Amino acid sequence: MKKTENEENEGLLVRRIKNGTVIDHIDGGEALNVVKILGITGTTQEALSIATNVPSRNMGCKDIVKLTNRELSKEEVDRIALISPRATINIIRNFKVCEKKGVEIPSLIVGIVRCPNPGCISNTNEPIQSKFAVLPKGLHCSYCDWVITKDLTSYII
Amino acid sequence: MSFESAMARLGGTSLSVGSVEACSIAKGETLADTIRVVSGYADAIVIRHPKEGAARLAAEFATVPVINAGDGAGQHPSQTLLDLYTIRQSMPIDRIDVALIGDLRYGRTAHSLASALSLYNARLHIISPKGLELPATLAADLREKGMEIVEHDDLNDVICDVDVLYVTRIQRERFPDSASYFNVASSYRITPELLAGAKDHLIVLHPLPRIDEIDPRVDELPYARYFEQSRNGVPVRMAMLMRVMQ
Repeated sequence: MKKTENEENEGLLVRRIKNGTVIDHIDGGEALNVVKILGITGTTQEALSIATNVPSRNMGCKDIVKLTNRELSKEEVDRIALISPRATINIIRNFKVCEKKGVEIPSLIVGIVRCPNPGCISNTNEPIQSKFAVLPKGLHCSYCDWVITKDLTSYII
Repeated sequence: MSFESAMARLGGTSLSVGSVEACSIAKGETLADTIRVVSGYADAIVIRHPKEGAARLAAEFATVPVINAGDGAGQHPSQTLLDLYTIRQSMPIDRIDVALIGDLRYGRTAHSLASALSLYNARLHIISPKGLELPATLAADLREKGMEIVEHDDLNDVICDVDVLYVTRIQRERFPDSASYFNVASSYRITPELLAGAKDHLIVLHPLPRIDEIDPRVDELPYARYFEQSRNGVPVRMAMLMRVMQ
């Protein structure tokens, strides 16, 4: 089947990878937050490709993140669900998709989000990580009961 | 001090580390380390700490039971147990009208009491200065549990309807200057005149210490139960200590 112009452009934007992980169907504009939530910085080893606001039939526009030579674990990818619940994860080995899975919102997130409450014990030098229960109303701090209902990405550590 | 009194009356002893500023934490030790050390010295830990969630952190690191005796602007559950006990001495708690007045934002005793009252189908009347209202997330939680919460600008509007008037201290440091503090504090002062139209069985509670929130003339009225409430802290805390060490 002949590729559309968009699909051809997408191919130019984000090259195929031999081994690693492709995170597709990220909500448009959230790719950088996804990278942040995965703890990938300029100092880590992975070769990283990011495409943002790629036209998508189903989503209008989407972001794509490709990581070479690193296969993300389920625990890692589930964190992404907090900001992009429609994301899909493709594990690539020798240019072939070996696993394809969606993301599930975890019931507890640890060490990912900072509590917005300046009076919370988790914002001190204690040897603990922030801990939030994921509830329908938002993220509930397991220490001080603060609930994050909006602007989640601004609290990502 | 009431926990120390409770422990003494149970025949035990207590080791006080005093304020956070006075113990190893002031030297840079983490609370986690302090708790691990104290766990080796005592059969239970009672903690009051300026940070919210400190007692939960302590419970993670302790090898003995931990009782939260107040964590920042968070919760004060032992106070709530004695508040409920004091109310219960005067009336059944079910379906009563309770007015919370004062600093409801930072007042941890109000937070814990409001949460507990939601289990008793109580109706909550809240009266607080602007900026010191009950935290929105707590209010939403209580409403989700089915609690009716009514906000009032003036205690006079509701004093005839309430069974319990729970007064909390308005702290001076919450205001930009002394003038605005005195202005607000005076409009939240409980006086015999204000209580003239109250129900006969109304009780006035206060977690103490009070500053100017309650006119000393109220102390002589049958409504005043705050010193009795304070005394109740000892048997209630004795019961708590017994329970956690059984």
